[in-house]
Amino acid sequence: MTRVVVTVMPKHGVLDPQGQAVHGALAHLGFTGVGDVRVGRRIEIDLDAADPAAEATRMCEDLLANQLIEDFTVEVDG
Amino acid sequence: MSVVAVVRFPGTLDHESAERAARDAGAEVVEAWHADADLPAGTRAVVLPGGFSYGDHLRPGAIASRSPIMGAVRRHADAGGRVLGICNGFQVLCEAGLLPGVLRPNASLSFVCEQAELEVADETTPWTGGRVRGEVLSIPIKHHDGAWFGDPGTARVVLRYRGANPNGSVDRVAGVANAEGNVMGLMPHPEEACDPLLGSVDGRALFLALVA
Repeated sequence: MTRVVVTVMPKHGVLDPQGQAVHGALAHLGFTGVGDVRVGRRIEIDLDAADPAAEATRMCEDLLANQLIEDFTVEVDG
Repeated sequence: MSVVAVVRFPGTLDHESAERAARDAGAEVVEAWHADADLPAGTRAVVLPGGFSYGDHLRPGAIASRSPIMGAVRRHADAGGRVLGICNGFQVLCEAGLLPGVLRPNASLSFVCEQAELEVADETTPWTGGRVRGEVLSIPIKHHDGAWFGDPGTARVVLRYRGANPNGSVDRVAGVANAEGNVMGLMPHPEEACDPLLGSVDGRALFLALVA
């Protein structure tokens, strides 16, 4: 089994209300110097495949990300 | 009598209201289950009702859009059959690629539940029952992820919110159809606007389109 880590993030330019809410809460707690905040999703997949990165990329294209509004990256662990 | 298939996924909530509205429009209602490979025999039109299919996990409608029944819904739509997606059903149709765009969390991040005023933006689809462009329908909304995101220049926008945009959708979009007009999705709930007791019967047109 290979562990593949998929990160799905809202595309730049697409309004991220979650990121804005977190940004507001951090400011409320007194954290200064916070620029843009974006909230995405990390998906860990234990995968038995000849080419885990290619397989995970297909998973992203088919289901894990909606490429109208989200970008994804695929990393193969160790 | 026209058979209208109402599709249920795990987490569908609004099927009973949709079934009542379809029956009142003259349909014979048959339920279809998400795991079915085919629609009920003789299906003339399909409704994907509201709810939280698969718990809204990953993205609303994403997992439902890949369930076995959606292959049959796609074949039905490709053959010109009518399909109506309401709220979560709209999300499912967008995720399935049967309608353009995608539904995102409301800009406010709050659940909205209110009566909405909708303007007819395209009177040439079967779904608005002969109403002319600019006419106003009163139909309630209740959703957390209703902000349609897409290209309003290429999508066939059928309904727009009038006045304040309740969810931050692009170009105040409330409902869109596919290019052919036989597939329609909207965030408002027409099944809750079919009885004078509920204050509006403006939703009836969408259910009459299922049996026309």
